[in-house]
Amino acid sequence: MTKSQKKLWIGLFILTLLTPLGVILPEKFKASGSWGEWGPEELEKLLGYVPEGLKRLADLWKAPISDYTFGGENATLAVKVISYIASGILGVLAAGLLIYVISRLIVRNEK
Amino acid sequence: MHIPDGYLSPQTYVPLYGASFVCWSVALRRMKKELSTKHIPYLAMAAAFSFLIMMFNVPIPGGTTGHAVGAGIIAILLGPWTAVIAISVSLIIQAIVFGDGGITALGANCFNMAVVMPFVSYWVFNLIRGNSMGHARLYSGAFLSGYVGLSVAEIVTGFEFGLQPLIASGPDGRPLYAPYPLSVAVPAMALEHLFLFGIVEGVVTVLLFKYFVKHEPGLVYALTVNPVRNSNIISNGTKEA
Repeated sequence: MTKSQKKLWIGLFILTLLTPLGVILPEKFKASGSWGEWGPEELEKLLGYVPEGLKRLADLWKAPISDYTFGGENATLAVKVISYIASGILGVLAAGLLIYVISRLIVRNEK
Repeated sequence: MHIPDGYLSPQTYVPLYGASFVCWSVALRRMKKELSTKHIPYLAMAAAFSFLIMMFNVPIPGGTTGHAVGAGIIAILLGPWTAVIAISVSLIIQAIVFGDGGITALGANCFNMAVVMPFVSYWVFNLIRGNSMGHARLYSGAFLSGYVGLSVAEIVTGFEFGLQPLIASGPDGRPLYAPYPLSVAVPAMALEHLFLFGIVEGVVTVLLFKYFVKHEPGLVYALTVNPVRNSNIISNGTKEA
């Protein structure tokens, strides 16, 4: 690894440690989730009903670490903070590894 | 801006999967031609960076949250086709492992954030920059590439949401999928991004761009694809570093 690459990886690691800001700041400023990403219960509150097709598809996939948080939506802030850092590390490793494998398979030019 | 499962009708998500598949196959072919093994660590870093930056939810006080995607800076640094793959990889992990964005909507999310955004960003960067070597043009190009790229991606997402009530409704006339019409969905998505999240993306893009021009100018794809026009910046940049 070159020196400059090492620096960039350190930068990414620092970024990983800062990811809890992504959960602390919205909580502090009382901001809810993103527009268009409501769960079925929230939609029920917004519309008074849950669209039929949406209901059918919404729970198609149960992600192992839903919303980057261990312990669900009602986890305490401390648990969320730790979950975010762990998810960040896991995500970096998973995304890095996947693209590494893909590019190893297709990129042949050694120079 | 990660569309969850259930918001898009099959008439929408199937074609968008198709569009993403076409772009992925072209992108992989382009990467094979343009990249060498020395680029691989940077690809991993790009996917990791885009994964992380999307975790930084920026709040509108009392309102919604949004985040940057990193597609602008990745397109400038590694080229738009490489950005397609790097961001798609991060979106795939987000959907499968973290439930951020739906599985049926993965094609749509990749199309919006990993195809539309890097290409718009790259185009805007080159448009603003023109033939100029001046820092003002370079840096405003970098800012606007992030700002416009994210905003356009959002407006496209808003369209996909807003089309749903027109495509599919039940016998009682209620929409089957995303419930809000174009007149609500597009402005909702556009405004929050034009006024806040787009600016965040622009700032992230220009700060990282500055870093790379200063320390690693030879790596910046957008500055190396045309060596004659860019030789000046690259040699100056190297001297500075």
